Amino acid sequence: MGEPIKTDVVIIGAGPCGLFAVFELGLVDLQCHVVDILGKPGGQCSELYPEKPIYDIPGIPVISGQQLTDALLQQVKPFKPVFHLGERVDELTRTADGFRLKTNFDTELECKVVVIAAGGGSFESKRPHLPGIENYENKSIFYLVRKIEQFRGQNVLIVGGGDSALDWTLNLEPVAKRVTLMHRRDQFRAAPDSVNKMQALLKEGKIDFVLGQMHALEGEGGQLARVIARRDDNSTFPIETDALLPFFGLTMKLGPVAKWGLNLHQERIAVDTEKFQTSEPGIFAIGDISSYPGKLKLILSGFHEAALMSQAAHKIIYPDKRLVFQYTTTSTSLQKKLGVG
Amino acid sequence: MPKITYIDSDGKGRVVDAEIGSTVMETAIRNGVPGIVAECGGACSCATCHVHVDEVWKDKVGPPSAMEEDMLDFAFDVRPTSRLSCQIKVTEELDGLIVHTPAQQG
Repeated sequence: MGEPIKTDVVIIGAGPCGLFAVFELGLVDLQCHVVDILGKPGGQCSELYPEKPIYDIPGIPVISGQQLTDALLQQVKPFKPVFHLGERVDELTRTADGFRLKTNFDTELECKVVVIAAGGGSFESKRPHLPGIENYENKSIFYLVRKIEQFRGQNVLIVGGGDSALDWTLNLEPVAKRVTLMHRRDQFRAAPDSVNKMQALLKEGKIDFVLGQMHALEGEGGQLARVIARRDDNSTFPIETDALLPFFGLTMKLGPVAKWGLNLHQERIAVDTEKFQTSEPGIFAIGDISSYPGKLKLILSGFHEAALMSQAAHKIIYPDKRLVFQYTTTSTSLQKKLGVG
Repeated sequence: MPKITYIDSDGKGRVVDAEIGSTVMETAIRNGVPGIVAECGGACSCATCHVHVDEVWKDKVGPPSAMEEDMLDFAFDVRPTSRLSCQIKVTEELDGLIVHTPAQQG
């Protein structure tokens, strides 16, 4: 592992509020690194409703989640933020003059200010509601594949009908002893090309497909022996398998943030309404994850919070510098930063 | 005002008034009915407002749209009566509707 990356501010979450924080912090000369568990920026806007119209962004009568994300990315470009995508900040510790953060991929970042803009929390794979499932998780039940090789020679049951289920069916077929795909219906919402490839493998007898849903698990010491499946008529049948890979999309959980000793209020982070600072000086929370009297979970509220937070962040990082309030419309120095001057 | 009954997985029922034109999901959230999460806020993109429509009401409520059916692939314990409650619009005809919320959403 190399030296930790040093920056002024680490923003946790690349949703609209995290992105706009890059802009506001950039205007006050603070350099940002942004970490997000998703593989792309945009947060809920690009993950949950990329095509859905948003009607309450001031001055923009209608814009889709993806369009807003793209516009924000363009807006923050002059400030050259560094993104760490597909990573989750697991640890946050105080250092002599700031904070050290560590991700699940061991990326280490050192900064003076932390901004938590994590929305509804981190996106995590949905876990099937099966009794005793925790005994098998990461032993013979997996929500993501890190190494294809670990499934060599195994019977693998993949459940789901989306892109992840189909992609892994195709990718594991050459390696596994036998891949069985189970889905509740014989239609798939995955990319048509993947569906065609899967059906070709099925025709060649290289994989199995069964209609059904997971009903119960059987095995010992974390090693799955079989999955009991249920048909629509409630009859059940066993599927012998060494490994189970359920792909049911993502859900939001507060995640590691809950363990950093910050004051919480109803599963969200309590902040003041002057600086949007948490109970820990130097750590701010903006957007949906923040909580204060009267809080509304609106993108526009998060934008306001980002602007005020940036003023406070500047005071922490440059305690002796006086910050003159300026407008982007008229300030030549701000325009220079934006590359339009 | 039409009434909707939400029955949770323990069998406890809650009856609430529903505004015509609102959705079965919105009505649950507004009235603090547990068992419906609605993570995406009603965009038909998260499957955390999944309900099982009572057998008696199945035909009146009707089947899910193709997009909703796709989204139900991300729910657990999907049954022939499964719907996403954000996609059921409240009408006069649905006065008395009974839906069952699953043990867990998402």
